[in-house]
Amino acid sequence: MSAAPRVSHTLDVSPLPEYGFGHRSLLWWGTASMMVIEGMVFAMVIVSYVYLKGRAPHWPPSGPSPDLLWGSVNTAVLLASALPNQMAKKAAERFDLAGVRLWLAVCLAFALAFNIIRFIEFQHLNVRWDTNAYGSIVWLLIGLHTVHVLTDFLDSTVLAALMFIGPVDEHRFVDVSENALYWYFVVLTWLPIYAVVYFGSRVS
Amino acid sequence: MSAPQKRARDEEKRPRVVEDDARLSRQAQERQRLELERTWANGRGFIAWLAETDHKVIGRRFIVTAFGYFTLGGILAALMRIQLAKPENTFLGPDLYNQIFTMHGTTMMFLFAVPVVLAMGVYLVPLMIGARGIAFPRMLAYGYWMFLFGGMFLYLMFFFNVGPDNGWFSYPPLAGPEYGYGKRADVWAQLITFTEVSGLVVATCLVVTIFKLRTPGMSLNRMPLFVWAMLIVSFMVIFAMPSIVISSTCLILDRLVSTHFFNQAEGGDPILWQHLFWFFGHPEVYIIFLPALGMMSEVIATFSRRSVFGYTEMILSMTATAFIGFGVWVHHMFATGLPQLGQSFFTAASIMIVIPTAIQIFNWIATIWTARRLQITVPFLYMASFFFVFIIGGLTGVMLASVPLDRQVHDTYFVVAHFHYVLIGGSTFPLLGGIYFWFPKMYGRMLDDRLGRISFWLLFAGFNLTFFPMHLLGLGGMPRRVYTYPAAMGWQGMNLLASVGAATIAVSLLVYLVNVVVSLRRGAVAGENPWGAATLEWATSSPPPSYNFSPQPTVASSEPLWHSELAPPPLVGLATDRREVLVTFLLDAEPDHRYEMPGPSLWPLLTAITTSIMFVWSIFNPWGVVWGSIPIFVTLTGWFWPTEKKERIKHGIHGRMRPSETLP
Repeated sequence: MSAAPRVSHTLDVSPLPEYGFGHRSLLWWGTASMMVIEGMVFAMVIVSYVYLKGRAPHWPPSGPSPDLLWGSVNTAVLLASALPNQMAKKAAERFDLAGVRLWLAVCLAFALAFNIIRFIEFQHLNVRWDTNAYGSIVWLLIGLHTVHVLTDFLDSTVLAALMFIGPVDEHRFVDVSENALYWYFVVLTWLPIYAVVYFGSRVS
Repeated sequence: MSAPQKRARDEEKRPRVVEDDARLSRQAQERQRLELERTWANGRGFIAWLAETDHKVIGRRFIVTAFGYFTLGGILAALMRIQLAKPENTFLGPDLYNQIFTMHGTTMMFLFAVPVVLAMGVYLVPLMIGARGIAFPRMLAYGYWMFLFGGMFLYLMFFFNVGPDNGWFSYPPLAGPEYGYGKRADVWAQLITFTEVSGLVVATCLVVTIFKLRTPGMSLNRMPLFVWAMLIVSFMVIFAMPSIVISSTCLILDRLVSTHFFNQAEGGDPILWQHLFWFFGHPEVYIIFLPALGMMSEVIATFSRRSVFGYTEMILSMTATAFIGFGVWVHHMFATGLPQLGQSFFTAASIMIVIPTAIQIFNWIATIWTARRLQITVPFLYMASFFFVFIIGGLTGVMLASVPLDRQVHDTYFVVAHFHYVLIGGSTFPLLGGIYFWFPKMYGRMLDDRLGRISFWLLFAGFNLTFFPMHLLGLGGMPRRVYTYPAAMGWQGMNLLASVGAATIAVSLLVYLVNVVVSLRRGAVAGENPWGAATLEWATSSPPPSYNFSPQPTVASSEPLWHSELAPPPLVGLATDRREVLVTFLLDAEPDHRYEMPGPSLWPLLTAITTSIMFVWSIFNPWGVVWGSIPIFVTLTGWFWPTEKKERIKHGIHGRMRPSETLP
């Protein structure tokens, strides 16, 4: 060390805490990076949708637009899931294990309901992915979002299981908090996708 | 808790300056180093080798692997030059030639140029910012394995005659289901998926490391320019790669499950592919190029014995390049017949990018001009050659940005000459110089100066001999991607010259390799700071210990090793019995909290294996995506699941926790 031998004073960091929530934690930044990457992915697909739409004489090229009912029901479910999600996040940030367990379980119930309705939603798109380019891009948009909901459902299940049976320390509470942040991302990205899929073919 | 109590508690949790700290005594330091070594070392044996998570080891493996692929890509280039050395040659057939030029481009872009510059960042960034390690070391290991497996997969397929053959940009409809027979285009698309995953993972690790693990005192405006370059590049990866994620996914969906994204007949559009591809593809050029600029700044500053002229302008220029780099992609598509206004816009943007590049070049010239004492070392020669080689490439770039000229030489060897000058001049030359510069840090021994100079001059001569004639060939009308040409075209002499040049490049790289191999055993021992450089990676032993620094230095200037009179207090108080690092705040790197890094693990490797199985499976059967995801889920769960041994449970598993009252 160049300066060390002549220096006798030090900067002692041992009093510092061993974790931090929000933007103080590394995990928050990792999650943020993932959200930017996936947000860009969604944005590129939406741009492609608009591009293809701009080149088509009719949109949808044939057949009706997607039915509004199930997509809208699912949007409501997803928006409502923000409440238990926020409760889980808050419980984690005050290290309330019982609260975390409760609200994580409620979140999982919402995510499960959403996935089931999503299955029905697919059957009311009124187009197949291999019908034409319109069908391809609609399926890609919803398909990508479904992958996100599914993976988040699965990893939340693992996290919930861990909070019930596994060894728990502060970092697990940071995990719960960041997991909740990611769920917000899944909820918020759905809104533009919902608008594009269900109304992109209704407005000219 | 009342407000004053809370404030008092927060006050207790601040770092404090300790006068006459006994922990700096030689015995205490010795003891601490032994403990750190025990904690951070990854152990010996094959399993430990596979479980490695040290950023220096992974970074070195990354670099070596990338150079392995570079060698393969170079051999392919040599085969092409043999084929083109004389007219109507029958050394390679057209089908194999198509595979070879596609493999060459794909290898050099996706398996060499991008991974190797990111790998330099992986090795150097944590050292330059004075950190004990990198953020998310296991994810980094996963990124490395994905990169390794992706390249292995590509070459395995190539040896089975299933190498991609549609060019490194794989345009539909040629690569689509209608004309792209067999699995060749699928192999390309899936290789892209491997490298995307790897690139995005590494970029995330670097951003978080640079933002959160800088040692106290290293505010953003004291970061070395190489670290700035890596930060900007990582952001570019994060914003550009999603575009190729989508385009390669759409391509493979078109081919495997009959979607119609690029199928004109069903409302799709092949031009959409070109937009998506180049929205990634052009920033990719800057992703390759900016880290090289960072290396240039470090090397030029070191051998000029002064800080780089115009530090802030350098950062602003790199940032501007990154931004404008996202607005020029259409200049790759001038031949597709776009609206006039669009062409004008992209011409203007492409020419505008000259401004920030020129600012940097003038700043380096000013740095060298006002050098305290200029040392013309081998790394400096490599950097100086940039001024010649890259500027020629940049000038032809300005020419190509104008639509009429671009239409004239589109798809000719003029373009081949241009991008080799830009990419080799703008990235490979500085990279080879950078390797020469940091080799003593990585391996503890100096490279041989004489062999280094021989290798450099051979490369410089060979490079210009190979690629300069290609400008003339292109202006003479020779198209790219043709496996041969008739003798009557009169292209023979120039082509032969280029092939002789290629042989010279091969010899020069061989000399470089011999230099590395010989110096690894017999090179002069480097010591901490053989070049007398200013940045923190030179403040620790060569090669650095597994824990990088002890004690961790703090900084009070942007050239800490040149300003030892400022003598900032070193850091103490991080645990030595676990892998603890200091997390700091983003802007000014003030200490925030201590954080325990995960140690070595086999899960990243296992997850990379399951991911690879899924990727390859999906080429042959779309259901591979579904069934192949199950093992990935299992390995990811295993990765995430904490083991009792590893966790330090400070509180009961049940009940309400109040960490503030129980923490030490």
